Amino acid sequence: MKFTLSWLKDHLETDASLETIVETLTMVGLEVEEVVDPAAALAPFAVARILEAVPHPDADKLRLCKVEALVEGKVQVLQVVCGAPNAKTGLTGIFAPSGATIPSNGMVLKPTKIRGVESNGMMCSERELELSDEHNGIIELEGDFAVGTPAADALGKNDPVIEIAITPNRPDCLGVYGVARDLAAAGLGTLKSKPLPALTESFKSPVGIELEFDAETQNACPVFAGRMVKGVKNGPSPKWIRDRLQAIGLRPINALVDVTNYISYDQGRPLHVYDVAKLSGNLKARLGKGETFLALDGKEYTADETMTVIADDTRVLGFGGIMGGEESGSTEATVDVFIESAYFDPNRTAATGRKTGIVSDARYRFERGIDPASTLDGADRAAAMIVELCGGAVSDRVVAGSVPDTREAIVFDPARVEKLTGLTLNPAEIQKILKDLGFGVKDSGKGLLSVLAPTWRPDVFGSADLVEEVVRIHGLHEVISTPLPQSEAVASPVLSIGQKRLRTVRRSLAARGFVEAVTWSFIPEVQAQLFGGGNEIAPLALANPISTDMSHMRPSILPGLIAAAGRNMARGARDVMLFEAGQHYDGDQPGDQASVAVGIRQGTAGINGAGRHWQGGATSVDVFDVKADAAAVLASLGVKVENLQIAADAPAWYHPGRSGVFRMGPKNVLARFGELHPSVLNALDVAGPIVAFEVLLDAVSTPKSKPTKTKPALSIPDLQPVRRDFAFIVSKDTNADSLIRAAAGAEKKLIADVTLFDSFEGGNLGADEKSLAIEVTLQPTEKTLTDEELEAVSGKVIAMVAKATGGRLRG
Amino acid sequence: MTDLKALEAETLKAIEEAATEKALEELRVATLGKKGNISELMKGLGKMSPDERKEMGPALNGLKDRVGEAIAGRKAALYEAALAERLATERVDVTLPVRSTPLEAGRIHPLSQVMDEITTIFCDLGFAVEEGPDIESDFYNFEALNFPEGHPAREMHDTFYFNERADGSRPLLRTHTSPVQVRTMEKGKPPFRFIAPGRTFRCDSDQTHTPQFHQVEGLVVDKDTHMGHLKWTLEEFLRAFFETDGVEIRFRPSFFPFTEPSMEADVRCARLGNEIRIGEGDDWLEILGCGMVHPNVLRSAGIDPEIYQGFAFGVGIDRLAMLKYGIPDLRAFFETDLRWLRHYGFSALDVPTLAGGLSS
Repeated sequence: MKFTLSWLKDHLETDASLETIVETLTMVGLEVEEVVDPAAALAPFAVARILEAVPHPDADKLRLCKVEALVEGKVQVLQVVCGAPNAKTGLTGIFAPSGATIPSNGMVLKPTKIRGVESNGMMCSERELELSDEHNGIIELEGDFAVGTPAADALGKNDPVIEIAITPNRPDCLGVYGVARDLAAAGLGTLKSKPLPALTESFKSPVGIELEFDAETQNACPVFAGRMVKGVKNGPSPKWIRDRLQAIGLRPINALVDVTNYISYDQGRPLHVYDVAKLSGNLKARLGKGETFLALDGKEYTADETMTVIADDTRVLGFGGIMGGEESGSTEATVDVFIESAYFDPNRTAATGRKTGIVSDARYRFERGIDPASTLDGADRAAAMIVELCGGAVSDRVVAGSVPDTREAIVFDPARVEKLTGLTLNPAEIQKILKDLGFGVKDSGKGLLSVLAPTWRPDVFGSADLVEEVVRIHGLHEVISTPLPQSEAVASPVLSIGQKRLRTVRRSLAARGFVEAVTWSFIPEVQAQLFGGGNEIAPLALANPISTDMSHMRPSILPGLIAAAGRNMARGARDVMLFEAGQHYDGDQPGDQASVAVGIRQGTAGINGAGRHWQGGATSVDVFDVKADAAAVLASLGVKVENLQIAADAPAWYHPGRSGVFRMGPKNVLARFGELHPSVLNALDVAGPIVAFEVLLDAVSTPKSKPTKTKPALSIPDLQPVRRDFAFIVSKDTNADSLIRAAAGAEKKLIADVTLFDSFEGGNLGADEKSLAIEVTLQPTEKTLTDEELEAVSGKVIAMVAKATGGRLRG
Repeated sequence: MTDLKALEAETLKAIEEAATEKALEELRVATLGKKGNISELMKGLGKMSPDERKEMGPALNGLKDRVGEAIAGRKAALYEAALAERLATERVDVTLPVRSTPLEAGRIHPLSQVMDEITTIFCDLGFAVEEGPDIESDFYNFEALNFPEGHPAREMHDTFYFNERADGSRPLLRTHTSPVQVRTMEKGKPPFRFIAPGRTFRCDSDQTHTPQFHQVEGLVVDKDTHMGHLKWTLEEFLRAFFETDGVEIRFRPSFFPFTEPSMEADVRCARLGNEIRIGEGDDWLEILGCGMVHPNVLRSAGIDPEIYQGFAFGVGIDRLAMLKYGIPDLRAFFETDLRWLRHYGFSALDVPTLAGGLSS
C-alpha cells in the first residue's frame, strides 16, 4: 500500500515530521517498507528559460539556445545546443547544469562541443528525468516560475511516497483514511472528518440492480448499490489526481476510471463504472453459469457456478469484486455511466481469484474484507467526484439487498491487558485507544466493558484481539522483560531417543572423516524411481514442484549425496566422503517419514586416509569400508554388532555381489551397505566406484531403561591368554562369518576371541576352494591349561568348523 | 708380585685395545674364563701356605676385580660407540608429511551445529524438545492454527501440495514448525514449555529464499505466562546464542493467524560493512515472529483459553547460523560444496556446552 505524505495529510491534521510518521507507522504495525522522496532525485535540476533559439550553423535538426539558468547561485546566460523540436525562444523548462547526472541513463554532463559549437548543460525531457516516457520534446512548464526554482517544486514532485506492508488482517488500512485513523489514535494528530457530499438527485435511474442468489449463496453479494450519472464529459483527470495516482504507481486512464481508483486507495472502497450505453437492462449480481467474457486485462475467462459475476440481461459483464469486462467499461466517449458499489464475500472472491489467477486492487481488498458499511457512501462519493470532474446529472440511489452486519459485542475485561502483556495500563487509556480506533465502548458493570468493533475491522472477534489493539497503539516496545519461573535448578535431559541418535550419529561419522551435507528433501523423478525400492513412487510426487529437478520427495538420501559428489568431482574434488543424517519418505502421509544416516565414500577415501602417500597409497574404496562405517554407526548407538546377522541381500541400487545388510532377526534390516550398482551411477552420470551405507535409525530397537547406572562388576583373570592359529580349507562359497562363529562356539567358556587374519585363494588350492586362517584366543580362568587340554580345545574347534562349513585343516 | 703387576698392565692394555665386543669376549675368556690365566692363578691359592695366601689372596682378588671392571667398562664403551655409529646411519627426514586423521577431515554442517547450540540453551531454560513430521495435513498446518479455509494468510505461505488422495484430503509439506504446537499440546496436559526444531518448506526460490529451510518453534503455555516472559526468553536465548553480554529486543505489532497479539521481534545490532553484530549499535534487525498463542489454537488442542495462556515464537535456524557465523548465502547451505562445508563446518569434537561455551 502506497500513499504520499500530502495525501495522508488530507485526512490527518498533524505537525509531525515525515520521520516521526514513518517511525509511528512501523510501531503501530503498519511496517514501512520504503520512503521515496522524488525531490531527492531532482535536486540537481532547476527551472531555466530559453532567451533565444536559433538554428545550429552546421546541423539542420539542432538548435542553438541562449539559456538563462541559475548556476552556482548566480543567474547566468549559457549557450546550450538542443535537439528538441520544441526548443523555442521564450520556453520555460527544466535545465540540467554541467556536473548533473541524468536519472534515466546515469550520464554525467560536462561542457562539450556539438558539431563545433560549445554547449553547457542540457534542457531535459520528461523521460530523461524519469517522470514519464515522454521524449518527443523538452519539458515546457505552464505557469510563471522564476529561473532557478527547484525542479521538484515546479513539477509538483515534492511529495514523499510512503510504502507500507499491510498484514492480511488489516483491510481497513488499504485506504489512506484508515492509515490516518491509526496514526491519530497513536497520538500523531487529529483525524479529519470526511463529510459525505451533498448530491442533487435529478432523475430516477433507468438501470436497476437485482441480486439473483438463493438462500445458501446470498452472502456472495449481500448488498449492491449504484447511481447513474448522465451527460458526463470524460477525459483526462486533473493534474493533482494524476500526480497522486502516478506517485503510487498507478497509470491514469481517464477521469471516470481514475475516480474509482482514487476512491479505492483513498477510502479502501473499490468501485466500478459501466458505460450505460453498452448495457441492456438491469445489472444483476449472480453466480456464473459457464459463460465466457473478455475482462479488462484483455483475457477471456469462464465464469463457473462458484464465481460471482455481474451480468446484464444478455451477458456476463465481469467478475464481481475482481475485474470488470472490456466491453462494458467506460471510454473517452462515454456519456452516461452507472457506478457499482457492492460488497462481495471475501472467501468467494479469494477462491475466484485463485482459480482465475487475476490479481487486481479490487480482489486484494475484497478478499481481505472491505468495510460493508462503505457500500452506500461509496456510490455517493464516486457520483459527487464524477460530477465535479466530468459534469453531468446524478440519479437516485439504487440499492439491492442490505448491508450485512455480523458483529457481536465483546465482553471485555480490561484486566486482560495486563494478564496477557504484563503491562499495567490506566483503564481510561484502554477505553480511549479503543474509541479512537472507532470501537464502541460501553460500561457493562463489574469492571467489564462491552466493546463493539467498527464495521471496518473484520479481524476483531475476542478479548485477545482487543488487547492487541490496545498495546499496539500504546506501544509494544514498553513490554518489560520478565524472567520465566524456573521449575528446577539443574536442567534435566530433554532429547528424545531419536534426537539423541541423530546427534550421536553425526558426531561419529564426522569423527570418521565424513563431511556432513544437508541436501534437498526433493529429487528428480528418475532418481526417486532408482531408489524407490521398486515401490510405487506416485505418492511421492509434489503437485506443484518448484522445478522438475525437485519433483519428488526422496525415498532415499543416497541420490542427493551421489549427485553432490558428482558436482564436487566436476569441480576437481576427489576422494569425496559425504554423509547426511535426516529424513527420507516412503509416502505422502505424516507417518511415512523415516530417520536415516547415509554416507558415501568415493575414490580412495578409506578409513586410513585417501590418495597417494609416501608411506603407501590408499587403494580404491570397497564394500568393507562402508561395512565398517555401518557397523561403527550401529555400535555408536549401542547395538551389539557381533550379534547381528549379515546377509548379501541389499536393495537393487547396490552391486549384487559386493553389498550386504545387517539384520536383527530374519526381517529387521538395520543397515545396508556396499558398492553402488554401476548402472545406477551411470543413470546419475557420476563416475564410480562409489561405496555407500544407509543406517535405518528407526529400525534400531530402543534400549530398555535400566534401574541403575552401576556397571556390571569387572572380573580380570590372573592367567595369561593362549593363542592358537588354524588354517582351514573350505569351499569358496563358505561365509567367513559362519566359520568364525563355529570356532567361537566350540568352547564358549574358554574361547575369548576369534579373529580371521587371512583369506586366500589360488596356489595349490582347488579351483572351488579357499583358505581361511583364524587366530583363536583362549582365556583360562581357573588354572593354566595343560597340553592335553589345549589339544582337546583345538580338536573341538576343528570339529565345529568341519561340521558348520565342511572345512578341513590345511596340511 | 712383579709378575702380577706386569700381568695386570698387560691385560688392561689388551682390554683397552680390544676393538670389538668379540675380541673383548675372547680376552675375558682368556683371563677370567674357567681356564683363563687369572682364574688359573686363583686356583693356585688353595695350594699356598696361609702366609702366602694372606698376601696373594687380596692381590689376586684385586687383580680379578680390576680386570673385570675394565672389561665391563670397555664393553660399555664399545656398545656406546657401536650404538653411536648405528644411530648416525639411522637418520630420517622428519619433515616428511604424516597422514591426517579422519577426525581432522570430518565436518558437522553449520545447521546441525546451530541446532545443537539452540537445544543446549533451551534445555537449560527448562524447554523440552518436540518434533513433528515434514509431511502434514491441512488440519495441523493451517486449520488448527486458525488459518480459515481460503484466508489470504494461507496464500502468503506458498505451500507445496501433494496430489489429492481418493478420500479428498490433500497432504502438504509443512510451511512452518507451528503444527508441532498443536500436535504436542494434543497429547499432553498444560503447562507446556518446549521447542520444536525442524525442516520446513515453501514454494519459493530466489536470492534469499530456498524451497526448504529450517525453523525452531518455541511454545510456553501456563496460567500466567505473558508477553514480558516472551521478551525475557527471547533476550536470554539470543544473548546466549550470540555469546554477547546483553541483547535488547524490540517488539513491533504484526500478524500471524495463530497468535494474538502478534509481533515481530527486532534485535539491537550494529552493521559493520557486511558483518552484523548483535547486542551493540543503534540499528535494529528483524529476527523472528512471535506472539501470544491465539485462543482458537488452544481450543484446537483441547485447552481452555480462559484458564491457560502462553506465547509462541518461530525463528529461522538457517538465518541464525548465517548471522552468528557470517555466512553470506542461504542457498549455499544446501548445495553441498565441499569447499564451503570444510570452511563453515565444525569438528566432530566441537560439541556445544554451556560449561565450555557454545562455540570454541
